[in-house]
Amino acid sequence: MEGQKVAVRITVNGTVRTAMVEPRTLLVHFLRDGLGLTGTHVGCDTSQCGACTVLLNGEAVKSCTVLAVQADGAEVTTVEGLGSLDALHPVQAGFWEKHGLQCGFCTPGVMMAAVALLKENPNPTEEEIREGLEGVLCRCTGYQNIVRAIQYAAKQLASEAEPSEQVAAAGGDA
Amino acid sequence: MASVLGTAVKRREDPRLITGRGRYTDDVQLPGMLYACILRSPHAHARIKRIDVSQAKAAPGVVAVFTGQDLVGRMGTIPTAWLPPDSGIRTTAHPALAVDRVRYVGDGVAMVVAEDRYQARDAVDLIRVEYEVLPAVVDQEEALSEGAPQVHDDAPGNLAFHWKAGNATDEVFAQAEVVVRQRFRQQRLIPNPMEPRSAVADFNASTGELTMWLTSQNPHIHRLLLSGILGIPEHKLRVVAVDVGGGFGAKIACYPDEALVGFAALQLGRPVKWTEDRRENFMATTHGRDMILDVEFAGRRDGTFTAIRVKNIANMGAYLSTAAPGVPTILFGLIVPGPYRIPYAGVDVRGVFTNTTPTDAYRGAGRPEATYLLERMVDLFAREIGMDPVEVRRRNLIPADAFPYNTAMGLQYDSGNYEEALDKALAMLGYEKFREEQEKLRAEGRYLGVGVTTYVEICGLGPSQVAGAVGFQGGLWESATVRVHPSGKVTAFTGTSPHGQGEETTFAQIVSAKLGVPVEDVEVVHGDTHRIAMGWGTYGSRTTPVGGSALAVAADRVVEKAKKIAAHMLEVAEEDVVFADGVFAVQGAPSRRATFQEVALQAYLAWNLPAGVEPALEGSAFYDPTNFVYPFGTHICVVEVLPDTGEVKILRYIAVDDPGPVINPMIAEGQVHGGIVQGIGQALWEGALYDEQGQLVSGTFMDYAMPKARFFPAFETAFTETPSPHTPLGVKGIGETGTIAATPTVVNAVMDALAHLGVRDIDMPLTPERVWRAIRDGRDGA
Ligand code: FES
Ligand code: FES
Repeated sequence: MEGQKVAVRITVNGTVRTAMVEPRTLLVHFLRDGLGLTGTHVGCDTSQCGACTVLLNGEAVKSCTVLAVQADGAEVTTVEGLGSLDALHPVQAGFWEKHGLQCGFCTPGVMMAAVALLKENPNPTEEEIREGLEGVLCRCTGYQNIVRAIQYAAKQLASEAEPSEQVAAAGGDA
Repeated sequence: MASVLGTAVKRREDPRLITGRGRYTDDVQLPGMLYACILRSPHAHARIKRIDVSQAKAAPGVVAVFTGQDLVGRMGTIPTAWLPPDSGIRTTAHPALAVDRVRYVGDGVAMVVAEDRYQARDAVDLIRVEYEVLPAVVDQEEALSEGAPQVHDDAPGNLAFHWKAGNATDEVFAQAEVVVRQRFRQQRLIPNPMEPRSAVADFNASTGELTMWLTSQNPHIHRLLLSGILGIPEHKLRVVAVDVGGGFGAKIACYPDEALVGFAALQLGRPVKWTEDRRENFMATTHGRDMILDVEFAGRRDGTFTAIRVKNIANMGAYLSTAAPGVPTILFGLIVPGPYRIPYAGVDVRGVFTNTTPTDAYRGAGRPEATYLLERMVDLFAREIGMDPVEVRRRNLIPADAFPYNTAMGLQYDSGNYEEALDKALAMLGYEKFREEQEKLRAEGRYLGVGVTTYVEICGLGPSQVAGAVGFQGGLWESATVRVHPSGKVTAFTGTSPHGQGEETTFAQIVSAKLGVPVEDVEVVHGDTHRIAMGWGTYGSRTTPVGGSALAVAADRVVEKAKKIAAHMLEVAEEDVVFADGVFAVQGAPSRRATFQEVALQAYLAWNLPAGVEPALEGSAFYDPTNFVYPFGTHICVVEVLPDTGEVKILRYIAVDDPGPVINPMIAEGQVHGGIVQGIGQALWEGALYDEQGQLVSGTFMDYAMPKARFFPAFETAFTETPSPHTPLGVKGIGETGTIAATPTVVNAVMDALAHLGVRDIDMPLTPERVWRAIRDGRDGA
């Protein structure tokens, strides 16, 4: 049931946002309904599909499983903050280049999961990528082109001068 | 200029989707918008004795609560739009909210509308319903038995329809050299597009216009049906479905929830949004498959097939969903003989009401079920007569020179080279070598198996006259408009409604190729009934063969008109003008030329047009295909079965598909990948389970096994390209081939791996437990 509203201060895609929220408000609803950042999607109610994945202080989290109040004081990166059309993040570029999406509904979450995966393991094997996608579901692509997209992104990132900093910059500057 | 057809143009829809700027229905935010939440029945079958909504009405933020009783006489019921002829079909009333009886877990009972999502959800918990629980029936065979609970009073014996077709008689089977019989269970599947269903309705009282954003595969069908249900004239109802997060058949139907959202917006004068959660999607979005199939297959010892007939008991669930009756009848029955010369074929289909979620189309819709039983029977038959399963297929495939080919079910297959696809796939595998290796490994106690499926499917739905003859309550032609602007840029409108299949790109390629303009100069518009004349939507792999053909014809009309204008500009007769690569030139004097863009500008300026030619440059087509199209191919799967655990490992998966000329190989390959995963999902993991009380036990992603990335190796795909003589571009369709072919391919591979143990059949999904038991029993029995 409804509770007292509490104040939160969350840095979303580099911009400080303050709001009064019910303690039960899910981060994903705060982003979508509160801030109008509808790129982050909701695909389930049991924390399984990963459509809602965002970066919370650089770590991939399922924003349907985090309360907005838990993100108080934190930095959140959503797909809107990943890269812009004229400066796509390598993961976004990979998805476009390799046809890593069809309906696109799972895509923002899968891309955020991929960003985190590549941060942890910049040079993954195909098998490691497939294992790394454990937390996301895609009903359209059959995953193969998602794997190719992430491989493409890994190569791009490796060829850039300082790959790890690039990811961080894309997360914070947009 | 090389043609843009056949090239891997990057998708036009992607920039917005990879930057989070897609506009799916739940993304729509309107000022003053309310949120709806639906109370659903927890019982599979019960009488509603009393509903008390007083507490819910008084809850914070609640604006209205509606029950079934409140809707009686104020809105129409949910219709069924496919009525197979001569089937005695009984369409029982389907109210948007149950009035006195609930018939499945998930049946709508009441709807709350409140100021925000959470308040609506809270208030639903405050509604008190008193139920008298009734006995429920879940299994379709049980539902047909004496004394079974009756789902509808006006459908005695729970029989919804009974449809028969074909020419296979008892005599044919009595005289056959070999008859193989087998029962198969096509388990119930849950389509699970990643985007849940959603609806937003906005009524403008001053114009009388209702706008609805819907998760729809066919906005114009939704408009037509909702107009009837809500009593809003079609020209005052606008349905928008631009970005839709997958459908797979589950977003064809017109659902009660969608109608309710429209009703609430009309009543309350404020915009209303409703989005199901995944739990509701499991319960209240249509399911697929669920058939019990008894098959008889006849042939000769030399390997010749002679007859096939099938008794199909199809579980329709509690109500007949929009297209549902067409699935186990027309879409299933007509393709039962598959790609083989089988002179006799017959089907007998009973559609049965049960206390379960209604079933309807799920990717492939009828064709995967038919292909499954046929390909399984072919393997069983091969085993029976001791012939290699590839050899037996080769002997019976319709030869390339036999097209057009008339089948025992009355279809005329358009074109094909089935053996070419088979040979290509076998070469990709190295079939002979695999067989040797298999034998070697078997001696070491490793169980490898190969499954080969040769298939043909029917798609590109379809000729409208045929649609009418088979009881579809609509046409299946398609509309297209190619609007050239004064600068030569182009907007192309299609009545199909892609939702992941990439036609914003492939259709731009078609128009670009026809007009000789850069592909970037073409914008494709779909999914809005106010912008597009009419359309029948995206399903049944019809989008490119029918919608793409419509655009090709419309573009030809543009060129035809432009040529007249160009001839006038160049001061020559029309016959003396040649058009290529976007340039009109005088035959034999190529320097006298006008570009497409120059002609477009003249068409709009209209200062000096030839006599009888109207200003502007636009072409439209209402294209009705003359036949279906019949994609085909061969899929091969190699599995290893681990005898100790019963686990099935997919080692290789090869797909050779023939969708006619491929417009965008990257997109076509993506369609194949996705289809294969869904097909393998059915073979190995997916299955909806009800308990005897009708509770959906597999009602979340925790209980329903959705395929994940790590379950698969990389697939090896290739195409052959045999044009259809019936479509202007020769294209067929590629959206469903993977799902149609993959399921039997995998199951046949597993049976092949276990053949030496005497295992003949295992019910899908082939879970480790089932496989392990079969290995144990096979061994014991051997
Ligand atoms: S919506 Fe968060 S995991 Fe599915
Ligand atoms: S692209 Fe549709 S669910 Fe992944």
